Amino acid sequence: MKDDTLIRLLAVRKIYGRGPTAFEALKGIDLTIDGGEFVAIMGHSGSGKSTTMNILGCLDVPSGGSYRFLGVPVEQLSRDQRALLRRHYLGFVFQGFNLLARTTALENVELPLIYRGEPAAARRTAARAALDQVGLLGWEHHTPAELSGGQQQRVAIARAIVTRPAVLLADEPTGNLDSTTSREIMELIRTLNGDQGLTVLMVTHEAEMAAYARRVVNFVDGRVESDRRKEIV
Amino acid sequence: MLWNTLLLALRAIRRNLLRSFLTVLGIVIGVSAVITMVTLGNGATRSVSDQIASMGSNLLMVRPGQRFGPGSGGAPSFRIADVEAIRDQISLVAQVAPIANRMATVVYQANNWSTDVQGTTNDYFAAGNWNLVAGRSFTAAEERAGRTVCVIGQTVRENLFGGQNPVGSQIRIRQFSCEVIGLLHPKGQTAFGTDQDDVVVMPLRAVQRRLTGSQDIGRITVSVRDNESMDAARNQIELLLRERRNIAPGQDDDFRVMDTRQLAETLTSTTRTLTLLLGAVAAVSLMVGGIGIMNIMLVSVTERTREIGTRLAIGALERDVLLQFLIEAVVLASLGGLVGIALATAASWFLAGMMGVPYLFDPFINLVSFVFSAAIGVIFGFFPARRAAGLNPIDALRHE
Repeated sequence: MKDDTLIRLLAVRKIYGRGPTAFEALKGIDLTIDGGEFVAIMGHSGSGKSTTMNILGCLDVPSGGSYRFLGVPVEQLSRDQRALLRRHYLGFVFQGFNLLARTTALENVELPLIYRGEPAAARRTAARAALDQVGLLGWEHHTPAELSGGQQQRVAIARAIVTRPAVLLADEPTGNLDSTTSREIMELIRTLNGDQGLTVLMVTHEAEMAAYARRVVNFVDGRVESDRRKEIV
Repeated sequence: MLWNTLLLALRAIRRNLLRSFLTVLGIVIGVSAVITMVTLGNGATRSVSDQIASMGSNLLMVRPGQRFGPGSGGAPSFRIADVEAIRDQISLVAQVAPIANRMATVVYQANNWSTDVQGTTNDYFAAGNWNLVAGRSFTAAEERAGRTVCVIGQTVRENLFGGQNPVGSQIRIRQFSCEVIGLLHPKGQTAFGTDQDDVVVMPLRAVQRRLTGSQDIGRITVSVRDNESMDAARNQIELLLRERRNIAPGQDDDFRVMDTRQLAETLTSTTRTLTLLLGAVAAVSLMVGGIGIMNIMLVSVTERTREIGTRLAIGALERDVLLQFLIEAVVLASLGGLVGIALATAASWFLAGMMGVPYLFDPFINLVSFVFSAAIGVIFGFFPARRAAGLNPIDALRHE
């Protein structure tokens, strides 16, 4: 049976360590996410939201259960196959921006395209377009040190979307930003979701940020406690 | 893909210019040390072989006694009859010059100078590759009569006459005076460090009669017609002298025939060994430079853990990261090699000038050093690169 669902977690469990010190971070997660959704994953630290995010981002594999990405069982893929999956389908935004220091915004945004082996001219055009989308046209040649936190996160978002990924994974994208800048970044992410149908998965512990999402999944102690969808106004 | 990885590596190096330079400093010094040592060693070898060539080619030196160096050690000296026998009975020889010498003080006006006065024949000039800058050599009559005429070397001229032309002047040697009839072309030092130009050459009989007071001939210089006949000529001279000196079969020679070509080979092989030794010591510093690269690359991997995590997250394969760090190390090491070559060229050119040896550019050692430095990048870059590529992206991203 062909499964076209974007993301399907089935009874996913994750256990860290072995023996008596083993810790079960995820105790059976079932979650289905369709293309075009904007999902916020909430929870306190230790609730398993970061572990879930790592599994969804194909950075980690579940200890039990199954994760199907576009029907592909991720837990059966090799490390390099998962890297290729990330390269072609996923975009990452981190709390700490994770831009390359002393490297211009344009070169930072070009980075994923270099790994995809795109020619230089195409890289440049795509990187410029992505920077334009996040409102940073004219800042191409500034290095992270010359940019504000909000601008750095915009560069990071441009780097994540420059490959036109199927899913944007954002891990506490506003965690290092003040509230005004946080709202701007959330507006930007909402626009990317709304205008371009980009699927967004965001981990946050702030209710204010989660409010931008159309679906909020709440994690408590390694289980999904609630899964609410907002009606589109 | 390789090109892109190279691009990433170059960007990483450019981002850390100062540290990159410090990292490769070991390689720079190692490469330049190796090349400088080898280049100077080659120059020294060349200058030694040039000096030996200046003594004359195809030369055999016959001395009484078995000891190397001056003095006969009790063995009888040669007589003029020995010289004539060699000249007449061995067809392979071109010139045979007997030499009787004595240290003596020579005086001209207020200047005096202690030098080696050698009594010989005109064959001496031909065999020893001596040319005259001014004046003439001996006439047959002067040789026969043992007239007090002399040809002097450049060092003697400088000490007695300064810049003046000495030809025609009278100098005093011990109690007799002597007319300077010629001036030798300068040759410089021998490979042993003695000054070949510090010499006064007189007819053999004059020296025997007025300085040594005997018929003895201290040594005989023989020049052989061609290079191929050296060994044959040497054997024939040995046989002839054994017979003339009544040495029974089985008894050791009480004289020695030395070959300048052998001397040249011995000396150049000595300098070559020395060059090799110095080069090897320098190569050790190159290895140390490689360890420096590994050290800094390991630090760099730790420091850039988050960067590596980010790269892995956005889709870099293990291979990409491995290649990036490996190429970074190789590019660093190769750049270090290039800088080292430039430095070595300047240093060895300068030092060669200071040491008075010729500067000989050796493309082989330059190429080898460059390839070797790149290889060091591969060898010492591999371990840090493997460590970087093997990082778990989640841990790497969380790394502070």
